[in-house]
Amino acid sequence: MALTLDDVARIAHLARIEITEAESRRTLAQLNDIFALIAKMQAVDTTGIEPMSHPLGGGQRLREDVVAETIDRDANMRNAPALEDGLFLVPRVIE
Amino acid sequence: MSTLHAASIAELSGRLARKEVSAVELAQLFLDRIEAHRDLNAFLDVRPEVTLAQAHAADARRAAGAATPLTGIPIAHKDIFVTKDFASTASSRMLEGYMSPFDATVVENLGAAGMVTLGKLNCDEFAMGSSNENSAYGNVLNPWDKGAVPGGSSGGSSAAVAARIAPVATATDTGGSIREPAAFSGVTGTKPTYGRPSRWGMIAFASSLDTAGLMTRSAEDAALVLSHMVGFDPKDSTSVDRPPEDFSRHLLAPVAGLRIGVPREFFGDGLAPDVETAVRAALEQYRQLGAKLVDISLPSAELGIPVYYVIAPAECSSNLSRFDGVRYGHRAKNYADLNDMIRKSRTEGLGAEPKRRILVGAYVLSHGYYDAYYLQAQKVRRLIANEFRQAFTQCDVIAGPVTTAVAFDFGEKAADPVSMYMSDLYTIPGSLAGIPSMSIPCGFGAKGRPVGLQLMTNYFEEAQMLAAAHRYQLATDWHTLVPKGFA
Repeated sequence: MALTLDDVARIAHLARIEITEAESRRTLAQLNDIFALIAKMQAVDTTGIEPMSHPLGGGQRLREDVVAETIDRDANMRNAPALEDGLFLVPRVIE
Repeated sequence: MSTLHAASIAELSGRLARKEVSAVELAQLFLDRIEAHRDLNAFLDVRPEVTLAQAHAADARRAAGAATPLTGIPIAHKDIFVTKDFASTASSRMLEGYMSPFDATVVENLGAAGMVTLGKLNCDEFAMGSSNENSAYGNVLNPWDKGAVPGGSSGGSSAAVAARIAPVATATDTGGSIREPAAFSGVTGTKPTYGRPSRWGMIAFASSLDTAGLMTRSAEDAALVLSHMVGFDPKDSTSVDRPPEDFSRHLLAPVAGLRIGVPREFFGDGLAPDVETAVRAALEQYRQLGAKLVDISLPSAELGIPVYYVIAPAECSSNLSRFDGVRYGHRAKNYADLNDMIRKSRTEGLGAEPKRRILVGAYVLSHGYYDAYYLQAQKVRRLIANEFRQAFTQCDVIAGPVTTAVAFDFGEKAADPVSMYMSDLYTIPGSLAGIPSMSIPCGFGAKGRPVGLQLMTNYFEEAQMLAAAHRYQLATDWHTLVPKGFA
C-alpha cells in the first residue's frame, strides 16, 4: 500500500508541519520507501503475543499524591518567547 | 602533563589523589585541547569560567577529604542532557540558546560525584541520525579520517573521546546511537539496561527506548563512571528500582569458561568483509583466552529495523508535539493566528529528519492505523526480546559486529533515509530488547577506519559485559590507539 499526496497533506496537518508542493513530492517518495521497509514486519504472525511497551514490563509507576518539590515559576518561564504578568502570551484564540 | 590527556580515569584519579595534578590543571588541559581542535566541531557550548569554577570546587572538596574517585575528572555531556550552566539545544534550531532551569539526573549524579563539565557535545538533531549530519550546527568530523562521518547520533561524544579532548562523555542510545558512533570513531561505547539510567532531563525522542550511556577510552573507565551515573530516580516513571552497583567488581573475572554466543544472523550477506575479518579475529582472541564460542540464532533480529521505524517515529511524533512555540523554543515571527504560529514555528525550528519521523509517526498513530502499525510493532518487539532471553539460556555474552561496514563518507547516505537507517541493523535488536550492549574497538577496516565489536548481555548484567570487554582490552591494544594529530 503506497501513500498518496493527500495522505502527506493530511499527516502534515495532523503534525502541524507545513510542506510546500515541491517538498511534498520528495517527502512522499521518502515516506513510501520507509513504509516499504515497515511492511516487512506486518506479515509476521503475532497471534497471542502481548505487545511490549516497556522492556522490563510492569507498566508505569505512580507516586503518592502529596506535595513534592516546588516549581520555580520564574525559572521555568525564562525561556518563553513571549510573557506578560507571569503568563505565556499567545495570539488571541477567543474573540 | 604531556600525556595526561590520554590517561585512564583510574590514573587521572590517582594523580589527583597524590596531588600530582589539580582538577583546575586537568580542566585547563582539556579546555586547551578543545580549543586546539575546534575544527572537529564536537562541542556546541564551552564556557571555561563555568568549567574552571567547578574544577576549583573539586580541588576544595579533595582538600577537605570528601573526594570520590571521580572528583576533579572532566566530562563532556551530549547536548541531549539538559544543563543549568550550559545551553541545551538537542542540536536543533528549535532550542537555540535554551537554558534549562535544572540539570538532568545523569548530569546531577556525575556532578555530585565531583566530575567537572567541559561543555556540551554536538549530535544529530534530537538524537535522530546515524552520521551526525542531521545536526543544525554542522557536521562533526571523525578524528581518524576527516572525510568520514563520526557516526551518530552521539557523534560529538565519540569524536571528543577519540581525539582525547575529553576523557569521557555521556551519550544516549535509542537504536544504536552510542554503539554505532563508538565503532565508527574507535572508542568504547556503553549502553546499560533500559530504565537503569534516569531519563529525567534527557530530551525525549522515543521514550520506551531512550537510554543514557557513556563514551570512554576503555571498559574499565566505563565501569567506574557508570557506577556513579545510574540509579533509581523517582522523577522518571520508567526508572528501575535497584540498589546501587559497583560495575567494576567483576573486571578481573577470567574469561575462561565464558560462553560467548555468536548470532549467525549477524554474519549475513550485508556484512562487509573487512568488518567481518576484524570481528572474527576478536572472537578468535576470546577463544584463545579460554572462552567458548556458541553458535546461536536470533531469527527475528532482521525485523528490528521495520519494528524500530514504527515505534521510534510514533513516540517521536508524540514527544516532539511539545514544541509549539508557546512555552519555550523557537517562535515564528509572522503568523495569522495560534494554529498558524504553531505550524510555522515547528516548520522553521525543526530539521528534515525530525520532520520526516514526525510524519511517519503521525501516520502510524492516526485513526485506523494504530493496530496495524504501532501495536503490531510492539508485538514483534516482544518476539525479538524473547529470542534474546532464549539465547541467554545458551550463553553469557553475545558478540558480533556493531555495523555492517566502517564509517562512510559525508554525503554518502544523506539523500537516502532508508540506506541510512540500515546502518543500525545490528544495534537495533538490543535496543528493542532493552539489554546492556556496548562497542569496543577491535581493529581497522577499509581506508584505515575503525571497526567495533559488539557485546551484549542479559538484563542487569552490565558488570559481566564490562568484564568481558576489559579482559579483551587487557589482551589487545586497539583501544589505546590515538588518531594521528591527536597524540
